[in-house]
Amino acid sequence: MIDLHGYGPRLAEGALVTVEVAVLSLVLSVILGLLTASAKMSRSWFLHRLGTLYTTVIRGIPDLVLMLLLFFGGQMGVNVITDWLYYQFDIDIFININEFVAGVLTIGLIFGAYMGETFRGAFLAVEYGQIEAARAYGMNHWLVFKRVRFPQMMRHALPGLSNNWMVLLKTTALVSVIGLSDMVRIASEASKSTREPFTFMLLVGAVYLAIASVSEWGFARLQKRYSVGFGEAD
Amino acid sequence: MAATPLPLEVRNITKRFGETEVLKGLSLQAHKGDVITLIGASGSGKSTFLRCMNLLEQPNEGELLVHGEEIQFKQTRHGREPADWNQVVRMRAKLSMVFQSFNLWAHMTLLENVIEAPVHVLGKSKKEAIEHARALLERVGLADRADYYPAQMSGGQQQRGAIARALAMDPEVMLFDEPTSALDPELVGDVLKVMRDLADEGRTMIVVTHEMAFARDVSTQVLYLHQGIVEEAGPPAEVLDTPRSERLKQFLAPKH
Ligand SMILES: Nc1ncnc2c1ncn2[C@@H]1O[C@H](COP(=O)(O)OP(=O)(O)O)[C@@H](O)[C@H]1O
Ligand SMILES: [Mg+2]
Repeated sequence: MIDLHGYGPRLAEGALVTVEVAVLSLVLSVILGLLTASAKMSRSWFLHRLGTLYTTVIRGIPDLVLMLLLFFGGQMGVNVITDWLYYQFDIDIFININEFVAGVLTIGLIFGAYMGETFRGAFLAVEYGQIEAARAYGMNHWLVFKRVRFPQMMRHALPGLSNNWMVLLKTTALVSVIGLSDMVRIASEASKSTREPFTFMLLVGAVYLAIASVSEWGFARLQKRYSVGFGEAD
Repeated sequence: MAATPLPLEVRNITKRFGETEVLKGLSLQAHKGDVITLIGASGSGKSTFLRCMNLLEQPNEGELLVHGEEIQFKQTRHGREPADWNQVVRMRAKLSMVFQSFNLWAHMTLLENVIEAPVHVLGKSKKEAIEHARALLERVGLADRADYYPAQMSGGQQQRGAIARALAMDPEVMLFDEPTSALDPELVGDVLKVMRDLADEGRTMIVVTHEMAFARDVSTQVLYLHQGIVEEAGPPAEVLDTPRSERLKQFLAPKH
């Protein structure tokens, strides 16, 4: 067995933080992605521009800069809003933009933009006649989405979604720069104090790889599930 | 005043796509049990007319009454639109449409396709919907295909499945848009047979078709459309056997 010099439990905690950040960012980015795709396909000029602006801004700014911006600038912004709410409406809330929240928000925002593109392409790939049929049978917008658009879109979205997730997972390592004790940060502390960087970085790499492999397996199953009815070739 | 309201009434519908007016004031009254066929050359506006009846297209002018209830419209930036989408959803549930390209939902089995709208739109219990669906599939000759996906069925089977899906709504009126045009010739007969049965049992149907024998045998009324207006209308014996206009004579003449 490799000797972790007592860092085992802390590394496990760090791994948990990494997974939490990754999963919450994924959820946020999927929601943002669906909203962005809808905005870009909307016939409202304003929503369309808003969606485009979001994607352009996110793509143009380095991930690290965005994270620092949100971490340091975010709390100031939130304070302005909560102060205003307090003085105008006597609503007293306190929102703390800590490292965790800033990390999830940044990564969610970044990947929301990429997911938006993935989902837009996927929505457009759904055969229009089937959506019309859903409308013709009395489904409202929500039902059309839930029962036809979404399940059919997923087949086209999953390859891109899976790709984005793999990159997102690795991007979580960025949260260590704003001081969040994720797996990478704890491993680098351990490396320094034990002077055995190789042991700890190899371990961290292996954990990332394990998560990625499990996800790949999961995505393959999802792909299978959402391809039901479409034959093998598709 | 009629004792019971008409299943479907359309008054003076016009429709423009950009600058081109493709429907120039079309009306239609469907009484219970009527089979109204719409014939006309390609591009004459048959599909658009049919699609205006369940508001897949928004007519620019005109009125639409489903079972006596008038659909409310309002003017918006994007043109005239239904004022109340809940009303539209309600009226669509009373009119089921059968499409030229079937449009069965590809990710659901045939049985799932048939129970989908009864369960999720009409709020029927799943058990009841499945029982009804099985009876309907039996009726269109697809009892053994319930668990197949659309991609695993022939065009003719898909279209009969689509008719079962339409029947599952217990519709007031069924709308058919060239239901046999996308089919291989040898598959057309089965679909027409199902439609003849429906006509015989007194279903109210509006059918866009190029099948003249079908139109002659089952329609109560035939409308001949030309460039967005009804050029001739009447019982099939009149319109199909003694056409007045040169154009309709040409249209009906056997093609070589
Ligand atoms: N969505 C649309 N946008 C623009 N033009 C359309 C659209 N749908 C139909 N048209 C035009 O309207 C006319 C009538 O079309 P359609 O109702 O499909 O005719 P039919 O079903 O009799 O062949 C055609 O000239 C067609 O090109
Ligand atoms: Mg047509």
